[in-house]
Amino acid sequence: MIKKRTRDDAEIPMSSLADIAFLLLVFFLVVTTIDVDTGIGLILPPIPDDIEPPPVRERNLMNILVNAQGMVLINEQPAAIANVRDQVKQFIDNHGVDPELSESPDDAIVSIKTDRRTPYNVYIDMLDEVMGAYEELRHAASMDRFGVPFSSLEQGSERRAEIQEMYPKKISIAEPDEG
Amino acid sequence: MSKFQKKQAKTKQSVPTSAMPDVVFMLLIFFMVTTVLREVELQVQIDYAAAENIEKIEQKRLVSYVYIGPERLGGGRLGETRVQIDDALVDDIGAIRNIMYDKLLEQPRLIVSLRVDRDSEFGIITDVQQELRHAGTLRINYSTRRQI
Repeated sequence: MIKKRTRDDAEIPMSSLADIAFLLLVFFLVVTTIDVDTGIGLILPPIPDDIEPPPVRERNLMNILVNAQGMVLINEQPAAIANVRDQVKQFIDNHGVDPELSESPDDAIVSIKTDRRTPYNVYIDMLDEVMGAYEELRHAASMDRFGVPFSSLEQGSERRAEIQEMYPKKISIAEPDEG
Repeated sequence: MSKFQKKQAKTKQSVPTSAMPDVVFMLLIFFMVTTVLREVELQVQIDYAAAENIEKIEQKRLVSYVYIGPERLGGGRLGETRVQIDDALVDDIGAIRNIMYDKLLEQPRLIVSLRVDRDSEFGIITDVQQELRHAGTLRINYSTRRQI
């Protein structure tokens, strides 16, 4: 007599797989923070040694002063934040035409000085305008030379470096006053 | 038996669900890859300033954060402006120099991201910046939202 063998199906139940996957999915959905790191990049000047900084000619330096009330002085003249961009552009892109403004974009230095009680957002607005001026100049140079916007030039490419060299960002954060 | 039997379609009415786990796994993997687990518990309140001309930090590994803003006290009250690095509030501003110098030794291409509350006064940021200069961490980034 042959015993009939009934074999159990050797299967893992798969129906709960979806549930487990969902559980994990929900966990990751909840803990995810898709925050992009965006901001205004800047390079701080190193702490000066005892060596005197190289002299800068008056015309190559643009002094921007922001006081505690958020009011702006550009080279001792009061100005509105909305006008800063145009003034900075004129100053950088002068190429020695106006004797009051910079000799070349390479020489031009924008110096920003603030009071201890200046609100942070005013400072950021200010910096944003200066960055905007450089960005517009670079964009114009890029359109002129390559016919493409500056933002479309690849990071680290030769063309990008060339434009960046034409208009180097020379922004100086002035030494804070003592006290 | 009624005479008017409802006509029923002969096709099956169930949606095939066998591919559901695959779909869910795909989503799951997407979220697992994009997730950045929140590493620090913020003890200061930060409302970011907005700006137009901003850049993205591509390499997140290089970034170290400094949080500056009013301290969160219990019951939704806000205290004085404080500086937080990693998980702790910094009591002595002068200590930032050493903290940042140690971080710089670990990661020579360090970028310090300053996450500052928009209503802070600039004085404390000046102090922090001076400390950063002493530490030699010169690449900084003012964290801002995109202006809409």
